[in-house]
Amino acid sequence: MSGAVLSRIGLTWLEALAGSAGLTGEPPRTVRVADAPLGAERARFIAVVPDADNRFPRARAGEVGLDEALALAQQVRRTLAEDAGRRPRPIIALVDVTSQAYGVREELLGMHLAAAAAVDAYASARLAGHPLIALLVGKAISGGFLTHGYQANLILALDSPGVQLHAMSQQSAARVTRRTVEELERLGERVTPMAYDVRSFARLGLLHRLIGGVDAAHPTAADLERVRGELVAAVAAARAGPPDLATRLSSPAALEGRAASIAVRRRLAEQWDAC
Amino acid sequence: MSVPPGDARFLARESYIELTARERAVRVLDPGTFRELAGPFDRLTSPWLPLQDIVTQADDGVVIARGTLEGHAAVVASIEGAYQGGSIGEVSGAKLAGALELALRDAGRGRPVRPVLLLETGGVRLQEANLGLAAIAEVHAAIVALRRHVPVVAVVAGVIGCFGGMSLAAALASHLIVTRQARLGMNGPEVIEQEGGLAELDALDRARIWSLMGGEQRYATGFADALVEDDTAAIAAAVRGAFAHAAGGTPRSERVAALSARLAAIDAAHPPEPAALRTLWAREGLT
Amino acid sequence: MERLSFTYPARQAVARRVHVGVVGSGDLEVLLEPSSDAQAHVAVTTSVDGFATVWQHVLDRFFARFDAAAAIEINDFGATPGMVLLRLEQAAEALRA
Repeated sequence: MSGAVLSRIGLTWLEALAGSAGLTGEPPRTVRVADAPLGAERARFIAVVPDADNRFPRARAGEVGLDEALALAQQVRRTLAEDAGRRPRPIIALVDVTSQAYGVREELLGMHLAAAAAVDAYASARLAGHPLIALLVGKAISGGFLTHGYQANLILALDSPGVQLHAMSQQSAARVTRRTVEELERLGERVTPMAYDVRSFARLGLLHRLIGGVDAAHPTAADLERVRGELVAAVAAARAGPPDLATRLSSPAALEGRAASIAVRRRLAEQWDAC
Repeated sequence: MSVPPGDARFLARESYIELTARERAVRVLDPGTFRELAGPFDRLTSPWLPLQDIVTQADDGVVIARGTLEGHAAVVASIEGAYQGGSIGEVSGAKLAGALELALRDAGRGRPVRPVLLLETGGVRLQEANLGLAAIAEVHAAIVALRRHVPVVAVVAGVIGCFGGMSLAAALASHLIVTRQARLGMNGPEVIEQEGGLAELDALDRARIWSLMGGEQRYATGFADALVEDDTAAIAAAVRGAFAHAAGGTPRSERVAALSARLAAIDAAHPPEPAALRTLWAREGLT
Repeated sequence: MERLSFTYPARQAVARRVHVGVVGSGDLEVLLEPSSDAQAHVAVTTSVDGFATVWQHVLDRFFARFDAAAAIEINDFGATPGMVLLRLEQAAEALRA
C-alpha cells in the first residue's frame, strides 16, 4: 500500500465541524474524537483517519484495524458512561473509511471480535438513547463502515463522487471477479446494490439525506452552515424516531429499493405463530 | 451383539458438517418440532441474481425454522453454505435479520424465543453488495438488542466457516460453539492473499490457515465458548447447554477494557506465533 | 442462464408438496407440488445453456415411470443428467413417504 494517497477528508470535516483535530492523547492516532456545539447542545464527533506511522502496517491508509475498532468501542462506551443519568448526547460518526484491515496479524489477533466490539458499543449507545448520526464524507466500505457508521439511527451523505459505498473496494472487487473497474461500474448501472456511487445507494432507501451542492474536499462556511443544519435536524429526527434501524425499511425509497426486504419480513411475521 | 463403547459411539456419530442447512436446523431442534418459515415454496428469491444470469435458490440460501429446544420456544436460522458460498444477499439477509427482530418483538412481549444461528458463510454476496452489507448491519443491531433478553447462540462448523461481516455476528453472540473443522475470521484466506500477496498468506496452506483461524485455535485463544466434535448430537447438546451457561455472562464483545489491554501488550512488529498466542491469551484470561 | 418448460400427461393426483436438493455446484433443487390441471409441468432454470435436448431425454425417462400431475420447478447449477434423475427420484420418493 506504499504510495497510496491518504485521504484527508475525514480530518477536514472533523476540524470544520468540531474545530479540532480530535487527538485524544491516547493511541491510536487514527481515531479522533472532538466535542463541539451542535445546535443548542454539545455533540461528540468521531472520525477514523489515516496514519502512515500506525503500528499495524495494514491499517495505515484509513482502514479500520484492530486498534481502531477497539478505540472506537472505548470512546463510544466512554460517552455512554459519561452520559449515564443525563440526556444522552448526539454522537456524529464522520465516515471516510477504506475498508477493514486485511492481514494475517489482524486475523490471528481477532479482527472480527475487535470489529464486533465497535459495533456493540455503537448499537448500545443508540439503544441507550444517544442520537447516532453517520455523515458520509468519503468512502464507506465493507467492514470499515460496519464498525463506524452503519449502526447509526440515520445516515446522511454528501452528494459527492468521493462518497463510495460497497462491500469491497473497487480495485479488490475487480481483482476478485476478474473484471475491469469500468465493467463493474456498468454492472452497477443495471444492478443498483452493486453500484459504488452515493446516488445509487440513496435509491436503496438506506440514506436519510443526500446533501448536495457541498464541496467535500474544501467546504465553505456556507457549506458547513448547511451541513450543521442537516445534522441538527437529523439529531431531532433520531430522537423522535425508533431506537432501532427500522427507518431503513420505511423510507419512501426503501419501499421500492428494498421491496424484497420488506416482503420477507412480512411473510416471516405472518408465519411466525402457528395457526 | 455387544459393541465396545468407543466403537458404538463412533458408529452412532452423524456428521453435522455433511448435513444441509435444512437438515441441521431439523436436528438441532427438538425432534418433530421443526416448522419452516418463508421456505422454498414461498419463493422469496433474489431480485438481483437473475439480472446477472445466476440461478436462484428458492429459499435464497437461508432456512428459518421455529421449534423448541428442551421444550422452550426457539428459532433457528441456518445458512446453506453450498449455495453461493453461504453468502448474504438481500433476501437471505432479511430472513436472518427478520427472524431475530421477531424474536426481539416476542421477548418484549414477555414471550422469549431462543435464537440459534447456524453460520456457514463467506460474508456479503458481492452480487448484491450494498443490500447484503445493509442486512448484515441489521443482523448485528438485532443481536445486540436481543441479547439483553435471551442468549444468542451461534454455531460455526465448516466446510465454509464464517467470514466477512457475519464473523462479527459470531463475535456478538452470547455463546459461540465451534468445531475443529471450523474457520472464523473477518477476511478469508483468498482475500488476504489477494490483498497482501503470497508473502502475507498462501491461501492453499491449510495448516497455516487453521493455525490462525481454525476452531481449535479460536477456542484456545478465547474467541469461542465451546469446541465440539463434528457430531450432530454433540452440537445439539452444546446448543442446549449454551442457554443455561450464557444467561448472566458478559458477552465478549462488551469486554472492551480486557480486549484492549491484551492487544496493547502485543508487539505489532513481532506478533506471536499462533501457538504462543494460546499461552498469552488463554481462555480464562478474558474474564 | 436458460429457462425451459416441459409438459407431460398425468393420471394420478399429487397429495402434497416436497422439496429436495441444493443449488450448489453440480447440483440442483427440485420443488414439487400439485399441478393445477391434469398434467405434469416442469419449469427448469439452468446455469448451463444449450442442453434442452438432454433435459428432454432426462425428463422423458423420469416421466416414463412417474405419472402424477405435478408442477415441478428445477433450479440447476450444472448437474449431470444422472444427478438430475437422482434428485427427481428423491422427490418422487418423498411424495410416496
